[in-house]
Amino acid sequence: MKKYLSFFQLRFTMGLQYRTAALAGVITQFAWGGMQVMMYRAFYRTDAAAFPMSLSATSSYVWLQQAFLAFFAVWMMENDIFDSIVNGNISYELCRPISIYNMWFARSMATRLARAVLRCFPILIVAAFIQQPYGIDTPASLPHFLLFVLSLILGLAVAVTFCLLVYVLAFFTISPQGLRIVFISCVEFFSGAVIPLPFFPDHIRSIMELLPFASMQNTALRIYSSSIGADEIRRAIELQGFWLVVLTAAGKLLCRVAVKRIIVQGG
Amino acid sequence: MKTIRLYLHYVSINIRCMMQYKTSFLLTAVGQFLVSFNIFLGIFFMFQRFSSVEGFTYSEVLLCFSVVLLEFGLAEMVARGFDTFSGMVRSGEFDRVLVRPQNEILQVLGSKFELTRIGRLLQAVVMFAYGIMKCNVVWNVPKICTLLFMLAGGTVVFTALFFIYAALCFFTLEGLEFMNVFTDGGRELGKYPIGIYGKKMLLFTTFVIPYALVQYYPLLYILDRQTSVFYMFLPLAACWFFIPALLLWKFGVRCYQSSGS
Repeated sequence: MKKYLSFFQLRFTMGLQYRTAALAGVITQFAWGGMQVMMYRAFYRTDAAAFPMSLSATSSYVWLQQAFLAFFAVWMMENDIFDSIVNGNISYELCRPISIYNMWFARSMATRLARAVLRCFPILIVAAFIQQPYGIDTPASLPHFLLFVLSLILGLAVAVTFCLLVYVLAFFTISPQGLRIVFISCVEFFSGAVIPLPFFPDHIRSIMELLPFASMQNTALRIYSSSIGADEIRRAIELQGFWLVVLTAAGKLLCRVAVKRIIVQGG
Repeated sequence: MKTIRLYLHYVSINIRCMMQYKTSFLLTAVGQFLVSFNIFLGIFFMFQRFSSVEGFTYSEVLLCFSVVLLEFGLAEMVARGFDTFSGMVRSGEFDRVLVRPQNEILQVLGSKFELTRIGRLLQAVVMFAYGIMKCNVVWNVPKICTLLFMLAGGTVVFTALFFIYAALCFFTLEGLEFMNVFTDGGRELGKYPIGIYGKKMLLFTTFVIPYALVQYYPLLYILDRQTSVFYMFLPLAACWFFIPALLLWKFGVRCYQSSGS
């Protein structure tokens, strides 16, 4: 456990070094958030009755999504992992007395946490000062906030284990490009990154909410603005736990198979 | 004439080069397609719920988005060399460009020709066809001209943004991520008619970065919301934006200090 913690620490401090990049990221994400909010405002003005959640809940959703982009942006995969699989450097890692799956998990969590820590506060603070209903609202209640934090961490873990699954699959395909494109597009769409899940028609939404993708950002962001009821919150968090276990198990299993039959392509 | 021939030669080298890696080319093209397809799905499902947005229907929004996507895709395809220019400055490749007896803009343009954007363009064309068929516009010569002007003007505006992006690399050596707000952001903004975002946004996109000139105003003319011929020529007026971009680039080239590698 200690070695994974130090991997975590190493990556975390490394991630905190890129402050200028973080500033640029904050500006970009702020502009994107603003555009999204303006778009929803236009739809709201046209037909408020058809809106599935309140405008202020939607705005909160958008700002939180931008603030914690680094948690859930599956497209930010770690290129060095893919590179090491393609160019064979992975064999060095395999020589060490550690499980590469756990190590990848520790470092991915650390990278994403560090990115988010640098970026989320400026966005959240500025968004809090934007006039309602376009800014970020205070959480519905203290329990809601605590559940939000819990669900946020679970969602991060689900997103990371999902990425790990793609890394492990790259062992089998050698060129990770195709896999990556398909997986990333699916996640973007099904997780509510394109539009929040409540905006989908009910029959599609009820299926989408069961998929692992919905256990990433959707749950946490909707708990914050309390656009789901207490019963549903419990079920949604349980579902997050379920997918976390399933994805981890699948990843570890595949990883074991992959490592057993691994062929390092010379070089 | 000679310049055009040389440029076409550059393009053909680039394409042949890319065709050596067919799978990679195909996958990247598919990826480009999927990325913008997701944006399309977002619009589609929004209109499952709402019948219109600020008076614009689904097919009208699609027409609008497809034109912007076409413009963006074309600009990206042609001016990709400027989009990835920071690499050229850092690696010292630009020194080699400067010593050759040819215009440096032509050489940078020719350094990359991103045919993979065909995935994005393909989708834009399909949406465009759908939008045109469904939105009950009576097409006549002025309207077709307006559409062509939109495409030309928009491509120029996005290309100019890539120019600015590249010119800034002369001073920073790094690509500036926040410029994405204007390039990718312009595409994101353009998926709905800009007028829906409110007055302030419309003013900004009219006078500062002329997205609205190539998207919103001519769209109003095409959809018969405005009848003045004045709106038809606004996309051409947007080409003024290329002048400051070009000046900034020239200024950058004059200040260029090789990174030494």
